[in-house]
Amino acid sequence: MADNPNPDMHLMEPAAKPKKKRGIVRRAFLVGGALLVGGGVFGVYWSDRSANARAKALTETGNDHNFLSWMKIAEDDTVTVYSPHIDFGQGTHTAMGQMLADELDADWSKVKVEQAPADLSFANTALGRGFLAATVPAPGLVDAVPNAVLAMLARSMPIQITGGSSAVRFTGQVGMRVVGASVRLALIEEAADRLGVPASELTTADSKVIHARSGKSLRYGELAAGAAERSLTGSPELKTRKDYKLIGKPVSRIDIPAKVDGSAKYGIDLILPDMRVATIAAAPVRGGKLVSVDEKPALAVAGVEKVVKHDDAVVVVAKRYWQALKGLQALTPKFSDGGHGNLTSETIHAEQVKLRQTGEPEGEAGDGDVDAAFAAPGARVVTADYRVPFLHHAMMEPFALTGHYRDGKLTLWGGLQDPLSTRARAAKAAGLGMDDVVFNPMIMGGGFGRRFPDVAEIIDQVALLARQVPYPVKLIWSREEEVRHGTYRPQSSSQFKAALGTDGRIAAWKADYVQSESAEGEVTFIYDVPAVSRRHFKYQSNQNDGPWRSVNSTQFGFYNESFMDELAMEAGEDPYRFRRKHLAEGSRHRAVLDMVAKRSGWGTPLPEGTGRGIAIVESFGTIVAEVVEATVREDGSPKVLKAWAVVDCGTTVNPLNAEAQIAGGLIMGLSSALGEQITIDKGAVVQSNFSDYPLIKLADAPPQVDVHFIESGAKIGGIGEPGVPPATPALANALFAATGKRIRSLPILTQAKA
Amino acid sequence: MAIEFEVNGKPVSVETEADTPLLWVLREELELTGTKFGCGIAACGACSVHVDGEVTRSCSVPLADMAGKSVTTIEGLKAADGTLHAVQQAWIDAQVPQCGYCQSGQIMAAVALIERTGSPSDEQIDEAMTNICRCGTYPRIRKAILAATGKAAAAAPASAPAMGEA
Repeated sequence: MADNPNPDMHLMEPAAKPKKKRGIVRRAFLVGGALLVGGGVFGVYWSDRSANARAKALTETGNDHNFLSWMKIAEDDTVTVYSPHIDFGQGTHTAMGQMLADELDADWSKVKVEQAPADLSFANTALGRGFLAATVPAPGLVDAVPNAVLAMLARSMPIQITGGSSAVRFTGQVGMRVVGASVRLALIEEAADRLGVPASELTTADSKVIHARSGKSLRYGELAAGAAERSLTGSPELKTRKDYKLIGKPVSRIDIPAKVDGSAKYGIDLILPDMRVATIAAAPVRGGKLVSVDEKPALAVAGVEKVVKHDDAVVVVAKRYWQALKGLQALTPKFSDGGHGNLTSETIHAEQVKLRQTGEPEGEAGDGDVDAAFAAPGARVVTADYRVPFLHHAMMEPFALTGHYRDGKLTLWGGLQDPLSTRARAAKAAGLGMDDVVFNPMIMGGGFGRRFPDVAEIIDQVALLARQVPYPVKLIWSREEEVRHGTYRPQSSSQFKAALGTDGRIAAWKADYVQSESAEGEVTFIYDVPAVSRRHFKYQSNQNDGPWRSVNSTQFGFYNESFMDELAMEAGEDPYRFRRKHLAEGSRHRAVLDMVAKRSGWGTPLPEGTGRGIAIVESFGTIVAEVVEATVREDGSPKVLKAWAVVDCGTTVNPLNAEAQIAGGLIMGLSSALGEQITIDKGAVVQSNFSDYPLIKLADAPPQVDVHFIESGAKIGGIGEPGVPPATPALANALFAATGKRIRSLPILTQAKA
Repeated sequence: MAIEFEVNGKPVSVETEADTPLLWVLREELELTGTKFGCGIAACGACSVHVDGEVTRSCSVPLADMAGKSVTTIEGLKAADGTLHAVQQAWIDAQVPQCGYCQSGQIMAAVALIERTGSPSDEQIDEAMTNICRCGTYPRIRKAILAATGKAAAAAPASAPAMGEA
C-alpha cells in the first residue's frame, strides 16, 4: 500500500528501476505532450474501440454486456465492477464498487467486484489523471489533457498500480464514478425510447429506471443490451454528497467472508497438477554473487528433483516445500560479498553523519532565509539529531509466485501490486514479449510496499526458474529469506535546527537529512514558519530500499513531530498549544489538532509515570493527528495504554473500513517504533525471523483506538497510509512526558532495555 | 509408512517423510490451504490448528506425532450444514480481517481460548492471543472475542448495521 516514490515512473517507464529521479522532467513532458495533442476532450475509454473490444471479449459470458471496460450488467441485473487495483485488505475493491454503484443507482446486493484482468485494455487512465491533478501545480492544465491521450499513454505504458493511497482518490473519483454515472444516463435513454416518454421524466433506483407518472419501470438487466449500443458521455453530472446512497456508508467488505473460513486463495495457496515447489537462498550480502555450490547433498534429500543456480542465488526444486527446504539447508553454497563485507549499521551511520557534515546536498527545498533567522538578535537556536533503522515490511504471507513456461508462453500466478508491470518485468527477465506472459493476480497476504513489481525480484527468479523446468513451479521464500532480502525503508539520519524568536514563535526551521532518496514527494510541512529549509544528502548502502507503508512520511513524521515537541519544551509551552499556534486559524490542520486534543482529554491529570504525546502529519492528502497515552513497565519497556486518531481525508467512502485502516496504521506505527529494526553486520542482514524482528502483539497494542473523522468535504485523501506516521512520534512524545527522556533514535525497546 | 489420524472428523492416512511438519501435510498432502505458513518457527501463529482440542502451531509439530490424533483446521469449524462457528460469525460482524492471512490462525486461537475459559477476560485475551497480525486488527479481534462470548454490549463493533454483501 505504500506509494512508489516516483509514481510517474509507472506512467512513463514501467520496467525502470525506481531509483532514477527524472520525475519532474517527465511530468512536464507528459503534460506538454498532451497539450500539444490538445483538442477533443472525451472518449476516455470510449474512443479506444480496440481496447473496448478486447475488454468485452475478456469479460462477457453471453448474457451480459460490458460498458467502457470497467463494468458489465447481466440480464439478471448483476453488476460486475472491474477494479484495476489490488485489494490486500485495505478495502479497495469494496470502495471501487461503492463509488461506481452509487452513481449507477445500482442495487448493492447485486453488485460484484472483481479484479480487472491484467490486460492493457484495463490500464488505468484515471490513475494517470489523478496523479497529474495531484502533482501539477496548475490544476486547470490537467483538465485540458484529453482523456484519450491518457488512455493511450496508460495502455502503451502499463499502469495498474496500487499505491500512494491512490485508488479512491484517483481511480474512484475520476474513473469509477464517471463510468457509473455515464452508464446510468445510457440506461435512462434506452428506457425513454422503450417507454416512449421523455428522459427527463425518468428516475433511477435499485437497478431500475422508473417512470413515476405511469408507474412503469424497467430493470437494468432488461435495458443493458440496448444501452450498450449507445454512445456514452465522458462528462456526466456526478452526485453531490446529499444524494449519496453508498459512498460514505459503512458497507461490509466483500472479501471478508472468504477470509474467515479458509477458502480465500492467496498466492502461496495455489496448487496445480504436476506442480513442483521450490525455495531459494540468495547471497546473504546484497550485491554478492553465487560463486559455487555442490548440488549433491540437496539431490540426496528425498523428493528433491533439481538444483538451479542463479547469478546470485541457489534454488532447490522438489515435490514438496519441506523437501525443498531440507534440500536447501543441506547445501553449503559459497557467495561473494560484492565488496560490502565490512559494512555495518554503525559504519552506515558514521558515513551518513560525515556526508551531512562535509558533503554537498543533492537537493534543497523550502522558503525564506533560515541563516538570517538563526543569526537574528535574541534568537534561541535549538538542534537535535535523529536516526531511524532499516525497516522490514513483514507481510504475513511470505513471497510466493508460481510460473509455468510452455510453448513459448509464461503464465504466472501470485499476489503483486501492479499486474501489468508484473507482466512487463517477467517478460524482460524471461526474454519474452509482453504478449507471451500471462499474469493471474491472487489475493495478497499483506504488502505495505513490498509487492511493487519493480522491487519484487521474485518475478525475475520465477521467470528464470520456469524456463528451466517443464512443469509449473511455485517458488516460496522462507521467512528467513523474506526478512534478510527485503526492500527496506531506508536507514536514515538527520539534524534538525530551529530558531525560536523572542515572541516564542519558530522563526526558522532547517532539516538536513541523509538517506537514499529525496523525501520531497511525501513530506508536507504544515506549520506556519517564515523560513524553512530541507536539504537531502544522498547516501546509498548496499541494501535495496523501497517504499514502506506511507514511505518517507514515517521517518519524517518522527523527525518533525519529535522536534516540534522539543521546541515546545524549549519555549516552555504545552506541546498541543505550541503546535496549535503554528497552524493557521481556521485551517483544517488546526481543526484536526483541536479535535484530537478534545477527544483525548488533553491537559487532564494523569497518574505519575504516565504521559500523553501528540503528533500531527499530513500525508497522501489526508491530515491525521494522534494522541498516545503510555507508561513504562518495571523492565523499562513502554506500555501503550490508549490511542486516539482524528482524520480529515475530505470524505470517507466507507467509514467502517476507514476506521480499520487508520487504527491498523497507528498500530503498525507503534510496532515499528517499539521493536522493529533491520541491522547490518559484515554487509548482511542480522535479523532472520519474527524471533529477532519483533512485531507488536495484541497485548501490547492499545485495546481500542478511538478514530474520529472530520468530514470536511475537501478533496478526498488517502486512507491506507496516513494513519502510520503520527503514531511513532506520539508514542515517543508520550514517553518523554512520562519519563523526561527524549527519544531520538529508534527502535525504543533496544534503548529501554540497554 | 503411512500415518493415520483424523482431520476435521474424517480419517486420513498420509505417507510422506515423518519429520514433515503438520502444516505442510495439511497444505500440500491434504490440500487444506486455509492453514497458513508464516514463519516456520512457531512465532507468529498463522498455522494454528487444534490437535485433540489444544491450539497448536502446526509448523512445529511433525507428522510422526500425529498418529491417532484428531486435528481441526479452519475448514473444519463450520457446522455440517455450513453454518459458521459463532467465532467466525463474530469475525464477520466486527469486520476483523484486513489482508486476512493471519486470521485462520487468530480464529483457531480464539476458539480454543473460548472453549477453555468460557468467557475470557481482557487479561486472558492478552495472554492467549499471541498470534501476529501485521495489519493491526487487534482491537477488532478483541471486540469479536468479547462479542462471541456474549459481551457484545460492551464490545459492539463501531459499525452501523452492515449493508449486505455482494
